[in-house]
Amino acid sequence: MSVGDFIRNSQIWKSIFRHPAPRDRRNRVVVVLTNVFLHLHPVSVRKSGIALSYTWCMGGLTFFLFLVETVTGVLLMFYYRPTLEHAYNDILALRDVTTLGVLREMHRWGAHAMVIAIWLHMYRVFLTGSYKPPREFNWSVGVILLVLTLLLSFTGYLLPWDQLAIWAITVGSNMARATPLVGHEGPFASLLTIGDAPLIHSGSDARFLLLGGRFVSGDTLLRFYVLHCVAIPLVVAMLIAVHFWRVRKDGGISGAL
Amino acid sequence: MHETLPRSFQVGLAGYYLLCAGLNFGFAHFYMNRPKLRLAWAISGFIFALHTIVYLLTAATNPELGPVIPHVIVDTTNRIFDHIWGPILYFVGSCVGFAALLYWRKQLTEPTVAIAFLKITLFISGWSMTNPDFRSIITKADNVPIVMLMFTVGFFTWFGLRRAVINDELIAQNKPVLEKDDEKVLVWPDLVYTELICMIIATAVLVVWSIALEAPLEQPATNAKAPNPSKAPWYFLGLQEMLVYFDPWMAGVVLPTMIIIGLIAIPYIDFNPKGNGYYTFKERPFAVTTFLFGFLVLWVVLIVLGTLLRGPNWNFFAPFEYWDPHKVVPLNNVNLSELFWLGVVGDPTFLREGGSIGSIIIRESPGILLTAIYMLALPPILARTVFRNYFIKMGFLRYFMLITLLQFMASLPIKMVLRWVINLKYIVYIPEYFFNI
Repeated sequence: MSVGDFIRNSQIWKSIFRHPAPRDRRNRVVVVLTNVFLHLHPVSVRKSGIALSYTWCMGGLTFFLFLVETVTGVLLMFYYRPTLEHAYNDILALRDVTTLGVLREMHRWGAHAMVIAIWLHMYRVFLTGSYKPPREFNWSVGVILLVLTLLLSFTGYLLPWDQLAIWAITVGSNMARATPLVGHEGPFASLLTIGDAPLIHSGSDARFLLLGGRFVSGDTLLRFYVLHCVAIPLVVAMLIAVHFWRVRKDGGISGAL
Repeated sequence: MHETLPRSFQVGLAGYYLLCAGLNFGFAHFYMNRPKLRLAWAISGFIFALHTIVYLLTAATNPELGPVIPHVIVDTTNRIFDHIWGPILYFVGSCVGFAALLYWRKQLTEPTVAIAFLKITLFISGWSMTNPDFRSIITKADNVPIVMLMFTVGFFTWFGLRRAVINDELIAQNKPVLEKDDEKVLVWPDLVYTELICMIIATAVLVVWSIALEAPLEQPATNAKAPNPSKAPWYFLGLQEMLVYFDPWMAGVVLPTMIIIGLIAIPYIDFNPKGNGYYTFKERPFAVTTFLFGFLVLWVVLIVLGTLLRGPNWNFFAPFEYWDPHKVVPLNNVNLSELFWLGVVGDPTFLREGGSIGSIIIRESPGILLTAIYMLALPPILARTVFRNYFIKMGFLRYFMLITLLQFMASLPIKMVLRWVINLKYIVYIPEYFFNI
């Protein structure tokens, strides 16, 4: 009996994989049905539907990059402290001192690549008309995921706390103060008053909510850190589950009928 | 003016040209049985290889002699781009290119044409890198994604259109499209192995990229000194570019919101059942043209503009121009109300700011009227003329949604043209309530 057979016949192996190796048709079906991760897939798909010339692999790549960002991000969280005192120095240490500080590069380049990949995924889905019935709703979920991906990248942009970071966030978040009605320099915000006192001012408007202050500060850093590491990823993970589930429930990968 | 090229860059460029030469010789070998194509590939391969040799020689012997692009090329592009037209040439040129791409898609997506285009791009990229100003911008670490974006979007646009052209021909001949296929395969092994290979390649690329290129880290943050230019992250630079033409409430809030709403609404507006699950252009020309214009011209082209061509004070700089923070660009933009009351009526009485709401409305009446016509009168007029068939097929709600989204989308090019042609700043200018359009 070979070592491989010994392992495959052991109680441990059998308790994890409840069937023989996927070498015949039956077990290749069963392997997908009995594995929670593989179960994201259907058992069989149309051959042209999974061709790279059709899918460009961009949806899968986006998801994979999300996983890469999650793993590298969690590891970076062990080093990085989101305070004015430590943030910049921690990133500096990641670059110069820390073993495997290259994780930061992977995290940053992976984030850029994810933004491009998700755009290209949307581009492909549009060009193949794959948003058409019955997949309308899943396209909409995808658009929300696209927006959340941009927000993930945007909130992460602040964390190194260097000049590039705070001024990019300052420029980006300055828009919020021009929000109609709820930004203090937005159209018609001055019409909202309590008696003579303005209801919307620089200490109460949409930008203040976003930044946790009147300008990009330590409170903003904490706020963006929590959004970046906890709040948005949770929502994204949930919506990814919906997105994948609906790909299957809406008839699998699209294709010519 | 002769800037020397650092030795490391000469070696890097030599490597770049070597890769290009290898690509060309590879294709020459591939086209063994087609002498003309083979010759073309071999010739361009030799030109690339010649570059490699020249760069290696100068790097090894005397880097002071480093080849630079002939100064006249730099000078001419600077002159054309900056001193003559600037953003107008860039944006209008992009629009013309876009229209030509769709109109001559059959010819332009021919592999030989596309590859010739790619070769020219590779040559220009290599030559451009010898210019220090271009180099300093393109090699900024956070601009690397822009280069990736340009090449990937270019490639996939070609690829998608090519498939669409082929499918359209197949449909015209009543043959099944490329994606037509009744064969089913098991996910294990066909799909899981594809996924595994993609994951390995992606990981390898990411690891090499991360080791080769350091992530940017500038000076510690300080509120005291704002960099010039201050730019948002690159994926928002299309929006920042819109700030040239619109106030923040439009460029930063309303238009992004409309983009998101518009994207979500696409499947509920597009009532055309054809083209579901395969590449095609002829079966849905309006949808594809609109989306491509939005994505390619109004999004990607503006991001490239905002990243590579906008320098200090958000002034326009030609690709090979030095980013001079003291560059002076005259701004003599006027509001529509000024044009009307001073230019047409010749009486500034009503131009007074800070009056009652009634006087504001009178002052801005020309702009308010035009905006009202654009937003309210245009949809019914279009419903009876150009979009008559759409209106009948779509019903009121879908039609209303489509037109509203198109109006917001068109507002940017309209505002651009008005700015360029009559120096218009605001159509409606009500600073009392921060309401400027």
